Amino acid sequence: MKHDNKVETETLSTLAQTGSVTRKPSDIELVALTKRYGPAVAVDDISLRIPENSYCCLLGPSGCGKTTTLRMIAGHEAITEGDILIRDRNVTNAPALKRGTSMMFQSYALFPHLNALDNVAFSLKLQGIDKTERHAQAMKYLELVQMEGLAERLPGQLSGGQQQRVALARSLITRPKVLLLDEPLSALDPFLRVIMRSELKRIQTELGITFVHVTHSQEEALALSDVMVVMNGGKIMQAGSARDVFEKPANAFVARFIGGHNVIRFGGRDVAVRADKCRIAHGSDGRHLIAEVKGVEYQGPVVRINLQAGDSQPLAVVLPDSVYFATPLSIGDKVTVSWSPEDEWALAG
Amino acid sequence: MRDTGQRRPRSFYFLLALFVVYMAFLYGPMLCVFILSFQGPTGGMSFPMVGVSLHWFEVLFGGAGGQGVGDMHNSFVRSMRMAAIVAALTMMIAVSAGMAYRRKFPGSDFVFYASIASIVMPGIFVGFGIALAFNLLGLEVQWFSSGIGAQLTWSLPFGLLIMFIILGRFNPSYEEAATDLGATSWQRFREVILPIILPGVIGIFMAGFTSSYEESARTSLNVGTGNTMPMEITGLLTSATSPVLFAVGTVTTLFSFALVIATLLITIGIAKRRQMRLSAH
Repeated sequence: MKHDNKVETETLSTLAQTGSVTRKPSDIELVALTKRYGPAVAVDDISLRIPENSYCCLLGPSGCGKTTTLRMIAGHEAITEGDILIRDRNVTNAPALKRGTSMMFQSYALFPHLNALDNVAFSLKLQGIDKTERHAQAMKYLELVQMEGLAERLPGQLSGGQQQRVALARSLITRPKVLLLDEPLSALDPFLRVIMRSELKRIQTELGITFVHVTHSQEEALALSDVMVVMNGGKIMQAGSARDVFEKPANAFVARFIGGHNVIRFGGRDVAVRADKCRIAHGSDGRHLIAEVKGVEYQGPVVRINLQAGDSQPLAVVLPDSVYFATPLSIGDKVTVSWSPEDEWALAG
Repeated sequence: MRDTGQRRPRSFYFLLALFVVYMAFLYGPMLCVFILSFQGPTGGMSFPMVGVSLHWFEVLFGGAGGQGVGDMHNSFVRSMRMAAIVAALTMMIAVSAGMAYRRKFPGSDFVFYASIASIVMPGIFVGFGIALAFNLLGLEVQWFSSGIGAQLTWSLPFGLLIMFIILGRFNPSYEEAATDLGATSWQRFREVILPIILPGVIGIFMAGFTSSYEESARTSLNVGTGNTMPMEITGLLTSATSPVLFAVGTVTTLFSFALVIATLLITIGIAKRRQMRLSAH
């Protein structure tokens, strides 16, 4: 099921190729966006371009400004300074309903007095479309999220995952250009999370619109993003493709937050080395540290070893299970941790 | 080995005794009135009972003209009429005011404190003030104008406070979701807010109804000619000497219970209706 805007963007791509439009088209552009609550700065002068039809994740710890940014894009939060453009249209002063965005709330916010079908059909009812017509359309969207069998249920009768699908259908029926999701998977149990996130990706690809997804889970962000934006303290630490951010973190914060990296002070500077690229063995080139084993975590296919080097530097080494169990370690063992120079990535600041 | 359970501390029995005495004081008089209303035709105003009969109920409903019964029927109608109007007005005004208070507006503090003052001040003073004001303006006190106004000074602050509680618990995400889906403020109110707070709104109506029905201090000075029920009963108490008064007490108590049960049934009915949409499919 494709939207009309897919045709729009194809035309734009064609134009870009023929050179008539020199700039790559973007769905969302944030220009020097700032949000202040009195003296406190929640979002500090951020600029970002999100390309069309992409899945963009805003990743960061609590309080980093990612949800505030999302709500400013949606129009539910007033902007202190800067501009927001959606499809090259400045929407900074436009009200929420005129922006072409739709938001999925963390608590789903399904209307408790309406059943699933009426919830999805709500926006059509506001437009004055008659009952049979809007129920038919709502059913189509319920089928998209595979909830057509539970259309008559009240939200109180639905599980978390089911409520989320209904909320998704309700947002999509407004045919937004951009769908904004505020930690949509946080309330689900881990098993359901994995299932739902592939659903979200599937729907985004099928519909061909941009999703902006706020999360604090790096695993989620890595799995879903075309564009990953790591935020901290109201600023953007790094923005790029998932692979770029993981393999080439811009600074120590990103390296630590994205997980799976050691930030090591070595040779007078900070470097990042992936935990799975470290070995418990002597290394050549002098690239090794003596460390004491503090803990061993079995994780199924791999084993994670937590160590502490001199200067209380924490280290982690992730080994495949077969390698670990060939020579298991005990807590308190003093071992050598080494890595090769090509796995070392220099960090700025 | 089975646990034989803890022995109750002595304080328990002391408090139990206190509770029994409390209940006796609370319901004892009501019970006496209830029993005595079935007093026989030749009985007096207190125990012992001289036969059991419905005689005094007959006298009560028999209408004017006998043994100081007073104008029961008309005062009842008057009370009902005022209560219905006051309840409807309270509901509309309190709901609108509650919605207004979600944002700070100029004078919001003053209005809030004024309403608190209105219920804290003894009703007699408020009633007297209103009657005096009307007098100074050269207007006549009538049930329709000053009467209803005086009762609103009692019911509106309660309605406002109830709205604060209701809206305080109301999840703001519902409104944001509605706005996101394209609702105007009016649509937001009618389609989302009102259906969800409906039980509370009905509660405000009933609160307004009952507070109007039983209010007498403010009303008495402002209702003009013609008594309300509370006023009528107060009048009878000072003059009557027959058990018909007990019959009045029984009837009015039953009526109040009926009001409470009616509200309960309405609220349960709304909840049931929403449930039925689930079980019907």
